Amino acid sequence: MIKTSGKLTHTLEGGRLTLKPTGEIDHHSAVALREEADALIYRTHPEVLAIDLSSIEFMDSSGLGFIMGRYKLARTLNCKTVIKNPGVRVSKILALAGMERIIKTERDQK
Amino acid sequence: MRSVANNTKIKNKMKLQLPSLSVNEGMARAAVAAFCAQLDPGATDIADIKCAVSEAVTNCIVHAYRNTFGVIYITVTLYEDKLCKIEIRDRGCGIPDVREARQPLFTTDAEGERSGMGFTVMESFTDGIRVRSKVGAGTTVTLLKRIGSKN
Repeated sequence: MIKTSGKLTHTLEGGRLTLKPTGEIDHHSAVALREEADALIYRTHPEVLAIDLSSIEFMDSSGLGFIMGRYKLARTLNCKTVIKNPGVRVSKILALAGMERIIKTERDQK
Repeated sequence: MRSVANNTKIKNKMKLQLPSLSVNEGMARAAVAAFCAQLDPGATDIADIKCAVSEAVTNCIVHAYRNTFGVIYITVTLYEDKLCKIEIRDRGCGIPDVREARQPLFTTDAEGERSGMGFTVMESFTDGIRVRSKVGAGTTVTLLKRIGSKN
């Protein structure tokens, strides 16, 4: 089965908005993810934006664009961004772009 | 880029043509990965191939056929010595300066949230890449992946 779109779930807890995209992030799915994420960020005006990457099955450089775009938007709203629990594959791509030097990465102990 | 030795026997070959619709990005990487499965790759090899193909196909859609539509031609050749060669070709606008385009973070489409990391990802996840391009004629990206190598 070929999944061609990503889905986004979110939770809001005490000023911390967690966005959790699932499935595949590519150029195709990023368009819808971006719109949905930005609508949530504008609506909730969080203090911290957490992007939870633990449920990503596939991500290419379009995912980097997605993360940087949300980081930039959050920054204009004085909101801090963190990346949560990227898997091995996603971490490789984040490392290529030096993303972890720009956005703090949190890894929960398993 | 390491060249393919002339005496290496071809095991199998696939050709695929797709219109430059973004919905085909997932189709293209899944099809190439499924075909390469004949070389008995590990999970990392498969993930590397999917990601590199996704970048090349996205480039065709976002850059080569920007504001227009065209056909993306994909040829995958599998060799006896566990090498796979993936050619992704378009008849789009072409790249004026390939060296510049391959630089990390270089993009002509920042508004579209392109990270400029496409070629860097392709280079990192394969064992060789060649880019041939002519303005007005199109671009061919050739990716080499040796299955089972530690890259």
